[in-house]
Amino acid sequence: MTSDMIIAKDLKKVYGDFVAVDGINFTVKQGESFGLLGPNGAGKSTTMKMISSVSKRSSGELTILGKDPDKFGPEIRAHLGVVPQKDMLDRELKTWENLYTYGRFFGLSRKFLKPKVEELLAFAQLEEKRNDKVEELSGGMQRRLAIARGLVNEPEMLLLDEPTTGLDPQARHILWDRLFRLKEQGVTLVITTHYMDEAEQLCDRLIVMDKGKIMAEGSPAELIKKYSSKEVVEVRFGTDKNAQFADQLKKLADRIEVLPDRILVYTSHGEQTLEKISAQGMNPVTSLVRRSSLEDVFLRLTGRTLVD
Amino acid sequence: MSLVNAAVSSAVTIAEKRRGRLGQAIYAGRPQRVIERSFFALKSSTWLGVVSGFVEPVFYLLAFGLGVGQIIGNMTDGAGNPVSYTAYIAPALLATSAMNGAIYDSTWNVYFKMHFAKLYQTMLHTSLGSLDVAMGEIGWALLRGAIYAIGFMAVVTPMGVVTSWYGLLAIPAATLIAFGFASVGMAVTSYLKSLQQMNWVNFFLLPMFMFSGTFFPISLYPEPIQYVVMALPLWQGVEMIRGLMLGIIDGALFVHIAYFLLMTIAGLIFTTRRLTALFMR
Amino acid sequence: MTDLKFKPGKAVDSVRAMRRGAWAVAEYRLFSMSKWMGSMISFGLGNPIIYLVSIGLGIGALVDANTGGQGIDGVSYIEFVAPALLATAAINALQDEVTFPTMQGFVWDKMFFAMNNTPITARQIANGIMTTATIRGIFTVILYEAVLLVFGAIPLSSALPLFLTSIFAALAFGAAMLAVTVRIENDTTLFAIIGRFVIAPMFLFSGTFYPLDQMPIYLQWIGWISPMWHSTQLGRFLSYGMPLELWQLAMHAIFLATVFVIGMLFAYPKFESRLQK
Repeated sequence: MTSDMIIAKDLKKVYGDFVAVDGINFTVKQGESFGLLGPNGAGKSTTMKMISSVSKRSSGELTILGKDPDKFGPEIRAHLGVVPQKDMLDRELKTWENLYTYGRFFGLSRKFLKPKVEELLAFAQLEEKRNDKVEELSGGMQRRLAIARGLVNEPEMLLLDEPTTGLDPQARHILWDRLFRLKEQGVTLVITTHYMDEAEQLCDRLIVMDKGKIMAEGSPAELIKKYSSKEVVEVRFGTDKNAQFADQLKKLADRIEVLPDRILVYTSHGEQTLEKISAQGMNPVTSLVRRSSLEDVFLRLTGRTLVD
Repeated sequence: MSLVNAAVSSAVTIAEKRRGRLGQAIYAGRPQRVIERSFFALKSSTWLGVVSGFVEPVFYLLAFGLGVGQIIGNMTDGAGNPVSYTAYIAPALLATSAMNGAIYDSTWNVYFKMHFAKLYQTMLHTSLGSLDVAMGEIGWALLRGAIYAIGFMAVVTPMGVVTSWYGLLAIPAATLIAFGFASVGMAVTSYLKSLQQMNWVNFFLLPMFMFSGTFFPISLYPEPIQYVVMALPLWQGVEMIRGLMLGIIDGALFVHIAYFLLMTIAGLIFTTRRLTALFMR
Repeated sequence: MTDLKFKPGKAVDSVRAMRRGAWAVAEYRLFSMSKWMGSMISFGLGNPIIYLVSIGLGIGALVDANTGGQGIDGVSYIEFVAPALLATAAINALQDEVTFPTMQGFVWDKMFFAMNNTPITARQIANGIMTTATIRGIFTVILYEAVLLVFGAIPLSSALPLFLTSIFAALAFGAAMLAVTVRIENDTTLFAIIGRFVIAPMFLFSGTFYPLDQMPIYLQWIGWISPMWHSTQLGRFLSYGMPLELWQLAMHAIFLATVFVIGMLFAYPKFESRLQK
């Protein structure tokens, strides 16, 4: 029983007429790294808020660590670490004070927090910035501080809402490394993202959400295998010409997707297919062969791209 | 480096202590931790700007007491004895001072924390409840009001405007005034959605300041208007403190106290509900 | 999405754009101000009514009772304070429209940097801000005077002179505030401090509610250095003929003009250096 961190059954959240989360079912097990994937407005953040026990569900069942969040909000939150999408750091305070006061909110003692703050500053590589105010930190540092803050109460489960949105590639890799270390120590991670590479890097298992519903569930590899081909050829013919080649391309592939700026050709052997395309006299302006990704899974499931 | 203990962390033990108590979904028994955070914020801000809030009423006292007082002469107190104009307006300005301190924190600062800093969302992600946040923030505003009141008294008492030992009670009375304004101020602010609406708070406060028997007795007004003024919190506060500082103690004092107690409780209830509705939806 | 079709580099007349920079800024400010029209009118009318009733009728009644109906300088109390109240209203209007937009432009939404990416210069931004602030001041004073006239607090003949003196006070103070605000990096608590230690004393100790010479000498200096007092003195001379010597008149006028010029001269270079950062 204790190994299930989250159990959601027919979970629903309605704001007025708008159904943000429309009857979803999932379970998150202890020590797992679980992803919620989907475009903006899919209902990921709303789901996350319900898991954080700060938002009441409209109907269905939700059990966090074996308890009902409606009745045991503060008590459940004592087990959780939350890293919100907008960092929501306290801009009136210095770096170390952000960690300290947040720990105090949990009722933790000064004695406990003094070494804890040092430990977290080291973990987030912010020791030299301890006395800086939040504004003086870079975007990557602010995000690391937000994660460190979410760990101050030694949580069993860390909830991260879009952890790397807006960060440069280097900062993302540092973050992924930190999150990976936490997972190794047995912290359950729940992550929302609309970045495919992030989900592939971090998640053992994920659900793909769109318009408040779950479209698919599984590990990244399973999902790619089930919903896409092995490789993809991306070709561009110029804005006005893409559509006219569609029929011809269809015959060369398992499946194609015509996007406004390019055509995706799904196939098991990319290079061979590309050769065939040129052999038939089609000369794309640019072309690219790559492995299938979760982006393609999403496109297949919803007919839309993730980041638009 | 071990960031996570295998054993249950102490944050959990602390939270579990309150299991089964009344209001466990909204109250964790730790509003003082919210106040502590405000102390940290104060430390790294321009604290002179916060602490010096009581000087404005002192300036009013000097300007109107020394300047206008000369062209007005003496006033009469509630018992019909003559008092100097300075002594007449000093209690009113003390009440105003407490009000200003409490209102500034519970309106502008709360608005900023709600809409820009998202501080309450952050707090509610921890094991604090909405009643903790409401009490902590109102408590801080109340402290600020109380500090302004003490500052004001420290400056004006040597000027000889306190004529009774009951005047010492003016400080707790001013604190009660601050409590009332802080809790209603925060409740009202939680309904406001733009800075434009925030300006309407001042639009309401200015006439209340000018007309609540601060600079002249309300007997100058027609009777129906007098009743309207008497319903306003600042008039209640001015009269309460004027009675104490001039040593006129009667049953009305208890009416004023009851007024502010009610105001405080109503504000607390509304604020907690609003925080829950806004940030836990 | 549809395609954009244009001939790059042909749309803007750069000479005209450079010449009209300050107006472009003013127009932008007026546009954002127009969204506040409702509150501006309510505050613009509400403020004078509140002061008229509380100061004019309330305190006025106490003054009349004590002076046997003589008032001050031989005029009613409200006529005595009217020039000061008008100057205060104008000063507050300019103060709002100078400080907040400047903080917004440099710090909050950094609009000034965006403007500076067009042909608009730093100096034109400063001028544009002052222009809009002055328009707001004029608007406020007109509303205020309308209320005073309707209630018969001032005679019609005083309307124009008091309009001018209060706008002069506001221009001088506004320019000084512009020079100060452009030097504030981020700390908005400084506004609270300025409000408390500069604006409130200026309002209260500039002979606003009583003749300045009734104050103890150690408080009178506040009046001497505040644009409020100089403008109020001029206003009292022009509206009901408070006796003043020619040299006094000249001194008051020169003081206001000097503060205005110095304020602008100190504002321009800081606008320039800050935008180049």
